Amino acid sequence: MSSIPLLEVSNLSKRFGGVRAVNSINFSLKEEGLLGMIGPNGSGKTTVVNLITGFVKPNEGKILFRGQDITGWPPYRIVRLGIARTFQMVKPFYQLPAFKNIIIPLYSPRVKRLIGGKYGDRDAVALDLLEEVGFERDSFVAYKMARVLPQGYLKKLELAKVMALQPDILILDELFSGLSLAEVASIVPIIEKLRVEGKTIIMIEHRLKELFRIADRVIVLNFGEKIAEGTGKEVMQSDAVKKAYLGSEVS
Amino acid sequence: MQKRKERIDRGIKARSEDISALLSWREMLYLSGPRLLPFIGLAILPLVLGSYWQKVLLSVAIFALLAMSWDMLAQSGMVSLGQSLFFGVGAYIAGVMNHYWSFPPFVTIPVAAIFGGMICTVLLLPVLRLRGIYFAMVTLILPMMVARIIEATKIFGGTEGISGLDPFPSIWFELYLVLAALLGVLFGFRRIMGSDFGVVLKGINDNDRSVMSAGLNVHWHKALSLCMAASVGTFAGAFMTHVYMVVGMAMFSLDYSILPVAAAVVGGEGTFAGAMLGAFILVPISEILRGIGGLRIAFYGVFLVVFVVALPEGIFHYIRQKYYQIERFVEVAK
Repeated sequence: MSSIPLLEVSNLSKRFGGVRAVNSINFSLKEEGLLGMIGPNGSGKTTVVNLITGFVKPNEGKILFRGQDITGWPPYRIVRLGIARTFQMVKPFYQLPAFKNIIIPLYSPRVKRLIGGKYGDRDAVALDLLEEVGFERDSFVAYKMARVLPQGYLKKLELAKVMALQPDILILDELFSGLSLAEVASIVPIIEKLRVEGKTIIMIEHRLKELFRIADRVIVLNFGEKIAEGTGKEVMQSDAVKKAYLGSEVS
Repeated sequence: MQKRKERIDRGIKARSEDISALLSWREMLYLSGPRLLPFIGLAILPLVLGSYWQKVLLSVAIFALLAMSWDMLAQSGMVSLGQSLFFGVGAYIAGVMNHYWSFPPFVTIPVAAIFGGMICTVLLLPVLRLRGIYFAMVTLILPMMVARIIEATKIFGGTEGISGLDPFPSIWFELYLVLAALLGVLFGFRRIMGSDFGVVLKGINDNDRSVMSAGLNVHWHKALSLCMAASVGTFAGAFMTHVYMVVGMAMFSLDYSILPVAAAVVGGEGTFAGAMLGAFILVPISEILRGIGGLRIAFYGVFLVVFVVALPEGIFHYIRQKYYQIERFVEVAK
């Protein structure tokens, strides 16, 4: 493995007016593994994702992907390099059938490059991918319009859209929120399979129990600053984290 | 012998995974009928119409082209209120080339269609990132601006325009040229929107941030769609210039912006066939109402309201739904 980290975030800051949403955050990511990112509401987790993926431009700081400076790049170029994300509020194409939703990432230049210039039958690839994330083939649910699908399927669809891009880094922004325990249990094996395949995953999550079970390392944010980093057990024992989650009286 | 009713399309859909999906000539006709109808209809129509209605048919075809161009833009997330920009730019390119350099129509029209489309795309490039009403506002203003610029600077004949341009060989040539273009655009656009490229355009209309995060350049795809739609509009303009044998500021008038939108909405958005059908209904109505005189626009407005209220999803969607519901008798037991 090379010495250059896969992703390196240094001194990253973003202000929205007077609010310091993200305040000089540093972390780096080695290849393979699952990084969890937790923190109370409004702590800046989603803003960090938006900064890395180019949806928001940082005020200060640098983002390096395999040593290449990608700070301020437009989102589509960052995706082509291999960083793909899901949205916390699902953003499917409501007017299209579920499997046509996957056609759009499959159409991207990244996928074309990866599979050697030929697209083949995208519909078949899309249907296979949807089956992988849990769209039962017999039920024809993959042919339904996205607007009629329940939340659980929409989250799975969001995951399938990212997987279609075959990214090096997957950023999953609160994939489990709004899902039942059974639905979470059906998605966890898919994420573990992606890890086995050598993908690097960043997961933002409020369900700490599920996250700690699969995460190698966890970063805790509060008020836009990194207050702890380590394994799940380590960060939970940190006083700063207890304070952030439970209030100052406890500590 | 017992019989029961069954929808024709059910049987076909159930077998559609297979290549040998069609079992009889009836099913073949059921599927190909709607596609053959415009071909046959448009081939016969010029032959049965009188010379006045042939002229009306020309104008129907022009508005149908502009309406389909509007539909293309609408399906890619751009609501245009300025189809007359395309029409006028095409008209002026053809007019100027013909008048100053005396190029014949068969050169000016293709050039106007291709380069005119590109020019319109470049003009609208800065506002491609706008959505909905903001994009609509800019497209509404642009043709008016261009018309005022021509008026103020007196270029290309100023308010008088340029007259005495080359005509087409005959009315038959005009009719069949524009009807062929109409069919080409109808089936071409339908095919494009059915392809994976078209799925991307529909995705942009639906959720452009999601398209971005799929690694696709939204502005590039919007520009491609705009270029195709604008080319159709500039073709219409260039064609009409040679029919009228004049080009003037009237080519940028609001009629060419608003009527195509009305046609697409009345006929049904998102299918191109609906936009064409809308033009085939609205333009003749407008012609018939010409006899009434002053109240023409008022009656026309009433027609529009009736269509939109009675069939908000559009005439074409209604007809298609009814067509799918056609039933036949099938034997269930001897």
